[in-house]
Amino acid sequence: MNATARITLAALLCVGLAACAKKQEVKAPPPEAAPPPVPEATTAGAYTPADLDTDACLRQRVVYFDFDKSEIRPEFQQIVACHAKYLRDRPMARMTLEGNTDERGTREYNLGLGERRGNAVMSALQADGAQASQMNVVSYGEERPTCREHNEDCWSKNRRVEIVYTAK
Amino acid sequence: MRNPKFLFAFLMIVCAGLFAAQTQAQGLTVQIVNGVPSAIPITVVPFGQSAGPAPSTDIADVVSMDLNRCGKFRALPRSEVVETPTAGSEIKFPTWQQLKQDYLVVGRTSDAGGGALRADFELWDVNKQQRLLGLSITGQGSDLRRVAHKIADQIYQKIIGVRGAFDTRIAYVTAIGTGRNMQYSLIIADSDGYNPQTVVRSREPLLSPAWSPDGSKLAYVSFEHGDSAIYLQDITTGARRLLSSRPGINGAPKFSPDGRRLAMSLSYQGNPEIYVMDMGSGALTRITNNLAIDTEPEWTPDGANLVFTSDRSGKPQLYEVPAGGGAAQRLTFQGQYNADVSISYDGNQLAMVQGNGNVYRIAIMDKSLGGQIRFVSPGSLDESPSFAPNASMLLYASTEGPRGVLYAASSDGRVRQRLVLSDGDVREPAWGPYRQQ
Repeated sequence: MNATARITLAALLCVGLAACAKKQEVKAPPPEAAPPPVPEATTAGAYTPADLDTDACLRQRVVYFDFDKSEIRPEFQQIVACHAKYLRDRPMARMTLEGNTDERGTREYNLGLGERRGNAVMSALQADGAQASQMNVVSYGEERPTCREHNEDCWSKNRRVEIVYTAK
Repeated sequence: MRNPKFLFAFLMIVCAGLFAAQTQAQGLTVQIVNGVPSAIPITVVPFGQSAGPAPSTDIADVVSMDLNRCGKFRALPRSEVVETPTAGSEIKFPTWQQLKQDYLVVGRTSDAGGGALRADFELWDVNKQQRLLGLSITGQGSDLRRVAHKIADQIYQKIIGVRGAFDTRIAYVTAIGTGRNMQYSLIIADSDGYNPQTVVRSREPLLSPAWSPDGSKLAYVSFEHGDSAIYLQDITTGARRLLSSRPGINGAPKFSPDGRRLAMSLSYQGNPEIYVMDMGSGALTRITNNLAIDTEPEWTPDGANLVFTSDRSGKPQLYEVPAGGGAAQRLTFQGQYNADVSISYDGNQLAMVQGNGNVYRIAIMDKSLGGQIRFVSPGSLDESPSFAPNASMLLYASTEGPRGVLYAASSDGRVRQRLVLSDGDVREPAWGPYRQQ
């Protein structure tokens, strides 16, 4: 390792440490300083039907997917977790998972792909403790786009599973 | 080379435009988007007419349009038809030889009583000065387009040596409206898009219409009760029967060539698999069994095998399996995505949607040419290929801006015509069988 590389490495380490330290500093205060926001207070106990309209996590009912994929992306794990908790807390609650795809490819194959996405969300909810009997998967394939332009921006909005509560 | 091609295309658009004015509100407007200068030159002279009211349809024009559409003929535009013989004895051959015409069609109509009309026509070889056909076709005065399609079929068969498929019907789905305010219609029309009739209306998606081999019924998928279900509808009586509404997907129905079985894709046992339903008993036979999506089955012409779409190798590809079940064999290896097959009557040509990147085009794999692939559509979001019963042409769905349009293309890909709905989307075309006389 020559001198330049050593200096560069050292500099990078410093920046990295500084960044970490800063993050911890910024993140640390809120729990002590501000009182926890309302939704977080309710999540401590059991969910109630009112939380479906007020809880920041439960209000999110759409899980988006990559092209031709049915794996749940990490950023949607939290949504899956809170809806699973809702189903655990409320055994009488029922939901339909509506699977959708973008317009590319054939309609019948996309019906299959939409169902696969719905099943992926259902499995994740089950893994978090929801009962299979509380959920129902319907695939609309590419038949129900929310956006109708032929570009990736639009397609990414259509590749989705919508969580629809049929009993709260 | 470019000029005559352009001129021809332009004239065709003008002709199509004139006809468009006559289509009904729900009908499709036909535009030929490219022509073939090398096609066979033929003139269909305006038909003569005996005493009585003028027929509502210009038979010669309908015949000319049919012949142009299939890509194998180039009908002389009406403005260049300098003489109007109506029988063989009146033909001055040097005139048509000078116009470089290979064939000439002349004819006349007469009252056949009871509202019927009789069309007599003759097909002549201009160079040999020889009569190839002399026939008469009678039809109701209200259905003269069908008489014209039958004449075009006779001409096609005599010159090309294959049965014509102009006197056939097509089915397709239209979607009009936005958001939750959609109106879906399953429509049948003549092969050129005229005489549209709505068979089913729904506020929820309709897809995958499939003709029974006798042309009397359509199987299709409807979401009218929330999830997909397969229905069977009698076209003439309107009688309807629910065939499958099992949990999960009920999709992709296709009749066997003998009409006794219906192949479909059902997911009630976990994931989409191919099944065959006996139409008499309703009993199901499961054909595939794996964790992939298996869908879009199509029968081989002998009814012995099914070709279907499966992503068991990762991406959708076509596979073939015995119709009673057994080991599936992969058919397609070229292209990232191959799906939704349509098979020609002789089993030699497999039309499919081939996707590469974001471009989806209609490709034809020719088994008789060692599996060679040719593209018949330019993309980029083309799907639903459906062969005419004589495989001279195929229908497919494409997009034009925000809406769906249908194209009819010659199987060699040289001629394409666009069938446009005045308002809304057109999709899911299915070319019907030969019509019973």
